[in-house]
Amino acid sequence: MVRETNKYFKFDWITIILFLLLVGFGWLNILSASHTGDTIDYFNFSQPYGKQLIFILLTFGLIVIILSIEAKFYERFSSIIYIISMLSLVGLFLFGKNVNGATSWYAIGGMTLQPSEFAKAATALAVAKYVSDLNTDIKRLKDQIQTFIIIVIPAFLVLLQNDTGSTVVYAAFFFVLYREGLPKIYLNLVVIAILLSVLSLKFGAIITSIVSIILIIAYHFLSKKKPPILQSLFMLIMCIGLAVGVKFFYQSILQPHQQDRISLWLRLEKDPVKLEQMKKTFAYNLNESEKAISSGGVTGRGFLEGTRTTGKFVPEQHTDYIFSTVGEEWGFLGSALVVIIFVLLIIRILHLAELQKSQFSRVYGYGVAAIIFMHFLINIGMVMGLIPTIGIPLPMFSYGGSGLWAFTILLFIFIKLDSNKINEW
Amino acid sequence: MRKLLLFLSVIIVGLTFIARLFYLQVYTSNTHNLYEDNAIRKVYDYPKRGFVYDRNGELLVANQPSYDVMVIPREVEPLDTLEFCSLLKIDKEKFIKTYNKCYRYSPRLPSVFVSHLSKEDYAVLQEKMRKYEGFYIQKRSLRHYETSIGANVLGDIGEVNNAIIKKDPYYRMGDLIGKQGVEASYENTLRGVKGIKFIQKDRFNRNIGPYKEGIFDTIPEQGKDITITIDATLQAYGELLMQNKRGGIIAIEPSSGEILTMVSAPSYNPNILVGRERSRNFTKLYNDTIAKPLFDRSLKAQYPPGSPFKVLNALIGLQEEVVTTQDRFSCRMGYYLGSRRLTGCHHHSSPLGMTDGIAQSCNAYFANVYRRIIDKYEKPYDGMNAWSNHVKSFGLGNYLGYDLKIGNKGRIPDGDFYDRWYGKNRWASTYNISNAIGQGEVEATPIQLANMIAAIANRGYFYTPHIIKNIDGETIDENYTTPKQTTIDKRHFDPVIQGMFDVYNKGTAATLRVKDIDICGKTGTAENFMKINGVKTQLTDHSIFVAFAPKDNPKIALAVFVENGYWGSRFAGRIASLIIEKYIKGDITRIDLEEWILKHSLENEYAKPYTGEPFRINGETTIQVVDETEYNRLKKQLNKINNKKN
Repeated sequence: MVRETNKYFKFDWITIILFLLLVGFGWLNILSASHTGDTIDYFNFSQPYGKQLIFILLTFGLIVIILSIEAKFYERFSSIIYIISMLSLVGLFLFGKNVNGATSWYAIGGMTLQPSEFAKAATALAVAKYVSDLNTDIKRLKDQIQTFIIIVIPAFLVLLQNDTGSTVVYAAFFFVLYREGLPKIYLNLVVIAILLSVLSLKFGAIITSIVSIILIIAYHFLSKKKPPILQSLFMLIMCIGLAVGVKFFYQSILQPHQQDRISLWLRLEKDPVKLEQMKKTFAYNLNESEKAISSGGVTGRGFLEGTRTTGKFVPEQHTDYIFSTVGEEWGFLGSALVVIIFVLLIIRILHLAELQKSQFSRVYGYGVAAIIFMHFLINIGMVMGLIPTIGIPLPMFSYGGSGLWAFTILLFIFIKLDSNKINEW
Repeated sequence: MRKLLLFLSVIIVGLTFIARLFYLQVYTSNTHNLYEDNAIRKVYDYPKRGFVYDRNGELLVANQPSYDVMVIPREVEPLDTLEFCSLLKIDKEKFIKTYNKCYRYSPRLPSVFVSHLSKEDYAVLQEKMRKYEGFYIQKRSLRHYETSIGANVLGDIGEVNNAIIKKDPYYRMGDLIGKQGVEASYENTLRGVKGIKFIQKDRFNRNIGPYKEGIFDTIPEQGKDITITIDATLQAYGELLMQNKRGGIIAIEPSSGEILTMVSAPSYNPNILVGRERSRNFTKLYNDTIAKPLFDRSLKAQYPPGSPFKVLNALIGLQEEVVTTQDRFSCRMGYYLGSRRLTGCHHHSSPLGMTDGIAQSCNAYFANVYRRIIDKYEKPYDGMNAWSNHVKSFGLGNYLGYDLKIGNKGRIPDGDFYDRWYGKNRWASTYNISNAIGQGEVEATPIQLANMIAAIANRGYFYTPHIIKNIDGETIDENYTTPKQTTIDKRHFDPVIQGMFDVYNKGTAATLRVKDIDICGKTGTAENFMKINGVKTQLTDHSIFVAFAPKDNPKIALAVFVENGYWGSRFAGRIASLIIEKYIKGDITRIDLEEWILKHSLENEYAKPYTGEPFRINGETTIQVVDETEYNRLKKQLNKINNKKN
């Protein structure tokens, strides 16, 4: 077989090509979003596009290093990597540099490094290691709690640094654990809780309660295997409690500016004056970003031709709002293509993960796919106004060295693990 | 199953995103229109608006620069406020108030600080402007009228309103557009085409350079100068004669359809609608709902034409062969049907033939002719339509199609009109015998009547009246140079014209003769009514006169309406004679007529309905004489007109 005779062919080139497509296309959009004036100097390191080019070139070195290291290394040293990563997060409280209200960076001689980006990969390794341990059974409550602690530590640390976006990403591990046998009840609870919260905010606690009462009673009497009356009663009380509780939480506990965000997201606000007001304050980015995307039309305005991008109408366009550049300059066709590439990449990783023989590789692969998926979901959803504003970069696409390297490491460790599966018997 | 959760989530999210993109970019996308793109600033370069000249090459309308002091509040540096205020002729309080207002509007964008600076102030200010950071002077172009006459002809320009912006994408907020007169009719010619520069903005609204190096930018196209058919001297003279009266004068050159004079009284100086005072003055004119200075009586006022209409009935009678020039009709101070008098008449010899019928303006004569026309057909419906078609061929009863934007159709009834009124075939010629003498249901505007006389002067055809003489080397619309035939044969005109000539020789205008000019005319007196507190009240008759001269090769045809001027030759006839003499000879020999017109005013007549008290009309009134100062003022204007000619 080719895969055995030539060591380069054992890497999954489809994943690598999808990765390169995203990085390359991402850089073109960073160039468009960040260049000023008429001339483009590719190695102008004072400009984001120049810096990003350097980051990308360095990435190739990083890839070579990751792929050269023995695959077993990642499994053996995952605990140590995790501990080092956690220490680097703790260290931020002592040596961190504050940028835009978040203390998430180390400043090393003009360069800044964001350890929270790397912590995702470290956590994915640690979770894979713990779950794949022969003594671990994820169906056991004790092991569930211990896994939960591994995940919560970094999530909590980044939350303390005011980096809400990164915290939310750790929810990705739910997908991983569910795949590995987490009891179904958790999924049901999560889905019901999300549904109830959204319904309660959108349509009010009373309507939500009535609907859930009807559904639970219907289930109780129509179901073939008659559920115990106590269970149904418990469900009933929980649903009503949640519906009322969420509404109460929204109205009485949340700050007005947080309420505004939610009311904008769920389209609760109907007063046009208030909406205009929102568009000028916290929803300014979102509004400009939606307008930029919308102005792209079917085919877009063309590379470097977007007037809103050139005019720097969307703040943070080369970082979190990079997708609005795609929208304006490449139109529906380009934007849909980016969405499709992301979907293909995630599905490819999932597919590879399922093929793994070692549980460690499979769990890790799942982690990689889930983390990329969370970023993809939150970032693009936010830029298009489908999800409340949470600052989080688009993987491989957004400007930023730490982000790019962290995703490279995350992904290529998996590619290395995958290439090694032939030796795993 | 557990394997599928993330897989399905990815697929669902992907599809949701593509659906959202489709909604944003395809379904609700605003297209790539540079003009609609608010990231691109559009800077317009306005061309010079074309000049307007009269038929003799006299400049009537030009442009004048106007200077606005602009401010960009953020760029203002501390300055010597006292000196600056004295240069701008404002006080410090005003300075601070205006500055704060501009700052509130936008600290980054320019606002007008002081508008419409005079040339002198500008000259002084300009030298010191560099001392005042954040302030600069912007030049605008306004209209300048070289004359104080012809407000209704020349019109004015003003800012476009939203309705126009919606209809015509050329115009942007704040653009100027012709509102009335030739400014409106020849807007596209005069304005030229503005140039445009596209400039890329950033989100703070600052300019960051030309969009795509300016490949879409255009340069302005200059507006074209136009020459109009108005004779400025004659127009000024006409306006002078109409002072202290209300009404209109329209004079047309029959051989071309060119409008020589178009007076609407009362009028105003067109210069008051320029610059800083425009809106205040316009409101004042607009709110005068009694004298209505903005209402162009020469084009829009619809009056019963009165006796001048009789000549048309004579022509139709001849064409329909229901009457010959030899037929004579008797008149017993009116026209009788059995023992009922349908129309009255004044005292004159009887019976009369056609030329005398016209010269003496005999009502009975034309009542007979009219009945014969209508009754020639089996049904009055057909007779009425035949009559109506003849009348309409003279341009009455519908828009004439001249090149000014306002007008009225007038009214010429036909068979259907009376069918609607009385019921099908439930009427006869006697029901509307008033049409015979230009009363009843017929109505016409002064320009329609002048055009009718031009057609008679031409013996059977007319050119659509128009105001444009030429546009910078372009030929004018063919519509204005093609003759329109009437339904009357050429041979029928001579006896009628003879009658009109006799009006001056021995008829109702015998006192208005002008030496060496053969004038053909027709007097008219039209009854009119007004509702006062819901009661229909008769007012003093309108004085109407139509004429053309000379009898052979006519050079001028005109219609004069003077509201409440009583009988035809009293006001309108005198004015008509004077206009004709002024146009043909250049000088006035009938000084007596001129004196009489300048000295007499109808203002007291116009005030009567608003006094709230009962008043007398027509023969029971005495005529108002103007006071010394007013007379001297008019005299001065007259001298100015006479001096200009030499």
